[in-house]
Amino acid sequence: MDELLLPAQRLFGAAWPTVWTLAKIIAITVPLILCVAYLTLVERKVIGWMQVRIGPNRVGPLGLLQPFADVFKLIFKEIVVPTGASRTLFFVAPVLSIGPALAAWAVIPFDDGLVLANVNAGLLYILAMTSVGVYGVILAGWASNSKYAFLGCLRSAAQIVSYEIAMGFALVGVLMAASSLNISDIVRNQSGGLSHWYIWPLFPLFVVYLVSGIAETNRHPFDVAEGESEIVAGFHVEYSGVAFAVFFLAEYMNMILISALASIMFLGGWLSPWPTIPDGLPWLLLKMCAVLFIFLWIRATFPRYRYDQIMRLGWKVFIPITLVWIVFLGAMMQTRWAYLFH
Amino acid sequence: MLQLYFPVLLFILVGIGLGLIMLALGSLVSPNRPDPEKLSPYECGFEAFEDARMKFDVRYYLIAILFILFDLEIAFLFPWAVVLPEIGIFGFWSMMIFLAILIVGFIYEWKKGALEWE
Repeated sequence: MDELLLPAQRLFGAAWPTVWTLAKIIAITVPLILCVAYLTLVERKVIGWMQVRIGPNRVGPLGLLQPFADVFKLIFKEIVVPTGASRTLFFVAPVLSIGPALAAWAVIPFDDGLVLANVNAGLLYILAMTSVGVYGVILAGWASNSKYAFLGCLRSAAQIVSYEIAMGFALVGVLMAASSLNISDIVRNQSGGLSHWYIWPLFPLFVVYLVSGIAETNRHPFDVAEGESEIVAGFHVEYSGVAFAVFFLAEYMNMILISALASIMFLGGWLSPWPTIPDGLPWLLLKMCAVLFIFLWIRATFPRYRYDQIMRLGWKVFIPITLVWIVFLGAMMQTRWAYLFH
Repeated sequence: MLQLYFPVLLFILVGIGLGLIMLALGSLVSPNRPDPEKLSPYECGFEAFEDARMKFDVRYYLIAILFILFDLEIAFLFPWAVVLPEIGIFGFWSMMIFLAILIVGFIYEWKKGALEWE
C-alpha cells in the first residue's frame, strides 16, 4: 500500500499529509451521503410496509433511484428568500447545521485502528459538535422572519438543550465504565463477547441515550419542532430547494451519527457478539442498521408527544434516572463487585 | 499531540465547505423569479399581519439558564468519571457532596414549578 502511494507522495511533496487526510475525509463523506440518500428511501419503504402500503416504487427498479430523483428535483428548485428575512443569517443557518453534523464523524472508529483522528478527548469533541448543531436551528428560525419558523426554533432549541443534559449524563455512565474519553478505547474495553457490552450494566442509560437521541434529532415522536399538522415544518418552513436539502442532509446525518454512537458505546462497536467470530466493520454497520430500524419503527408506531409531555420526560424522568444510576455505578465501583461494571 | 487534531480541523472545514458548495450549486442552476406574493412569509394563505420577531414565553429563557447549570455539572462529572478507579472512595464521596448540593437545587426548581408546562 505504501509503495503504491509513493508516486503520489512525490507529486504533492510537502502538501502530501493534507492531501492524504483530505482523501480519507472524502472516503468517509461520500459513503455517508449515499447512506443518507438510501436511508430516506428505506424510511419511506419501511413505514410503507408497516402501514400495508408499498412505498415508492416508480423511479428505477423497486424505487431504488428515488433518492437521486429527489436530489435532482431539490437542486433545480428555486431558493426563495422571504422579504423580511436576514439574508446572511438565512444562508449561514444550513451551513452551520451541516458542518458539525459531518465534522463529528472525524473521531468515529469504524474498525480497530480505522479512525480518521484517534484523539483522546473524542467523546468530548462529539458532545461539542452535536451541541453546535442547535445554532443552525435557532438561526434558521430567527432569520426566516416567519411566525411558524420562530415558534419551531424556540421549541426545538428548548427541546434539544433539555435532552442534551440527559444525554450527557448517560455519557458520564459510559465514561465511568470505560475510564477513557477515547472512543476506540471505549470499544476495546467491551471486548470478550456479548456479555461484556456496556448495554448490560448501563441498560437504563442505554434507553435514556436512545430516546434522547431521537429527541435530539427532532425525530418522531418528539417532532413538535416540525409538527407538520400544527406549525407546518417549524424552523425550516421558509427554506426551499437546496437550502432545505442541506437541513435534510444534516438531520439524517445526525440520525446516523446517533445510531453509530449508540452502537459504539453500548453495543460493542466493531466487536462480534462471540469471541470465536472475527470482529470487523460489518458488525458496526449491522448494529447501526438495527438502531436505525428502531428509529423508523418508533416513527411508524407512536403518536406525537405533547410539548409539556416532552419537557416532563426530559427533566423529570430522564435526569433523575441518570443521576440515580450514576450514583449507583459510582457506589458499586467502590465495592468488590466493581468488575461487573467495567 | 496537537497535530492529531489537524484532521479534525480539516473535517470541520470540509463540512462547512460542503454546505457552501451545495448552496452555491443550487443558486447557480435553479431559476430565480421573485414575486411579492411568493416572497411574503408563509402564513397559511393569510397576509402576514405583524413582524414575526415577537415576544415569546419566558419559560424558554428559563430552560436555557437551567441548561447552562446542568451542562456545567456534566462538564465537572466528565473528568471525575474517567479517573474514578484511581481516586477511589475519597473521590467518590467528594463528588457525592457536590451532586447533593446540585440535587437540592434541582428539587428547589422542581418545587418552584420551573419545569412545569401546562
